[in-house]
Amino acid sequence: MSKEKFDYFIKGEKGKYEVVIGLEVHAQVLSKSKLFSGSSTKFGADPNNQVSLIDSAFPGMLPVINEECVKQAIRTGLGLNAKINNYSVFDRKNYFYADLPQGYQISQYKNPIVGEGKVLLDMPYGSKEIGIERLHLEQDAGKSIHDMDPSNTYVDLNRSGIALMEIVSKPDLRSPDEVNAYIKKLRSIMRYLGTCDGNMQEGSLRADVNVSVRKEGDTNFGTRCEIKNVNSIKFMQMAIEYEAARQVELIENGEKIDQETRLFDTKKNETRSMRSKEDAHDYRYFPDPDLLPLKLEQKLINDLKKSLPELPDKKKERFVKEYGLNAYEANVLVSEKEISDYYEEVAKLSDKKLAATWMMGDLFAMLNDRGLDISKSPISAKHFAELVQAIKSGEISGRIAKEVFEIMVESGDNPKKIIESKGMKQQSDPKELEKMINEILSKNKDKVDQYKAGKEKLFGFFVGQVMKLSGGKANPQLTNEILKKLLKG
Amino acid sequence: MSLDKEKIKHVAKLARISVDEAKVESLTKDLNSIFKFIEQLNELNTDKVEPLTSILNQSLRSRKDEISDGKIREKILKNSPKENEEFFVVPKVVE
Repeated sequence: MSKEKFDYFIKGEKGKYEVVIGLEVHAQVLSKSKLFSGSSTKFGADPNNQVSLIDSAFPGMLPVINEECVKQAIRTGLGLNAKINNYSVFDRKNYFYADLPQGYQISQYKNPIVGEGKVLLDMPYGSKEIGIERLHLEQDAGKSIHDMDPSNTYVDLNRSGIALMEIVSKPDLRSPDEVNAYIKKLRSIMRYLGTCDGNMQEGSLRADVNVSVRKEGDTNFGTRCEIKNVNSIKFMQMAIEYEAARQVELIENGEKIDQETRLFDTKKNETRSMRSKEDAHDYRYFPDPDLLPLKLEQKLINDLKKSLPELPDKKKERFVKEYGLNAYEANVLVSEKEISDYYEEVAKLSDKKLAATWMMGDLFAMLNDRGLDISKSPISAKHFAELVQAIKSGEISGRIAKEVFEIMVESGDNPKKIIESKGMKQQSDPKELEKMINEILSKNKDKVDQYKAGKEKLFGFFVGQVMKLSGGKANPQLTNEILKKLLKG
Repeated sequence: MSLDKEKIKHVAKLARISVDEAKVESLTKDLNSIFKFIEQLNELNTDKVEPLTSILNQSLRSRKDEISDGKIREKILKNSPKENEEFFVVPKVVE
């Protein structure tokens, strides 16, 4: 497909504008305890119950780094094909906010733990590489709750101090669709690695979105605005669309775009300036005197590299080669590790291509209807494979298979048992079919004559009769063949 | 580097320190002389010297990923100027 067809532009009165997007994704690290304290990171606990004296910034407390968080950042860096820096430094990023008790966030500024990398996106117009600028470790802030009291804000510090990976992309994204693909790919890689659960509802994955626009063909970047803390892909896309249109309008009216921090109001579907962040870029970073530089042994990095699981890009390649799937099928089936595991279990026991078709059709539709993840599927991979094999071997027709599938969902029974107990086996015995068809033809002599006189549409009528008489169990292919033969004679 | 009055006010604002307008003049003078003193270091050639982040020649101490803290809400909230049983309570901050 041609790239032009998918090119995303904002049309102004004075021409077309390209949208340039860069993302700063904040991904919560999967670990039991926080980055610099021993408090639990579990989501949904009672407010302020997972807070230590360190997380609440009592004087005299010393942060001690969690080695697992460091490993998780390295694993993620490796998964992003990025350079791991053997030397990195923790800095203090200074700002005041009620949910940041320290008055600074421990982050990494000049020397991040992970350097440049890249992520491949599968777009309808081919594969596109998005550059990663860096990944660094930092602390999450607490949570402010504004709607529990008319005149006060409540602060819950449970989240305060949980490890975050900030993954900064290069300004390589050009449309809301690419942003969607990029977030999904990052999420998928991190879920394969087990370094972030990617749960956007719980805030484990959120992003700051940098947007600028420029006239088609321009090579210089326009002035960008940063939309803070957007927590769903849908909202990111809506915010980009709104923000790009706003900037184009300013340019066309001859006005200046201020480089500023904006927020996306999900109720009004608009972005607006955050006055409180006027000084937001004056963070006065300096190395945290409480923490020494982080030096990594090359051996640790090599060992982690060896222990990485197979990642989606590699798995996709293998699915195409080993199972004969097309690129689209492979892409869908590797998107989540659980889906690919399920598929591989089914493919081991049944026809690989047919398994993919039925999984992506009926199984996904059913899971979707019920709002279930594949890990909660009412049909086990083993039973599903048996169903695929029953179709492949001709034991049941595709139509009957859909019925068997429904019963499997409701009962959890294996397909063999269902097919046998309900007598759903396909009739594939040519002799019996021929007998049945002869019976039908002799009952409908007038129609046979009409057919022979040239009314070929009646073929469908005969097939219908066979299906009716057999209760839908006649092998459709065989029925066609025998019907044709007998109607000729 | 030299600081003017505006810069002094800006830094004070960032640090949430209230500065009396009458004192800005003398503060600017004091801080500038401090900077001047520190800037003598620039006379040294440090082209081939790695920046020093710490004077301790040891690596960062780390800990295992275990839950060993928390569940002390009562203690923590005791130091909040205003609280209810579950939360710190602060003046409304809404965008």
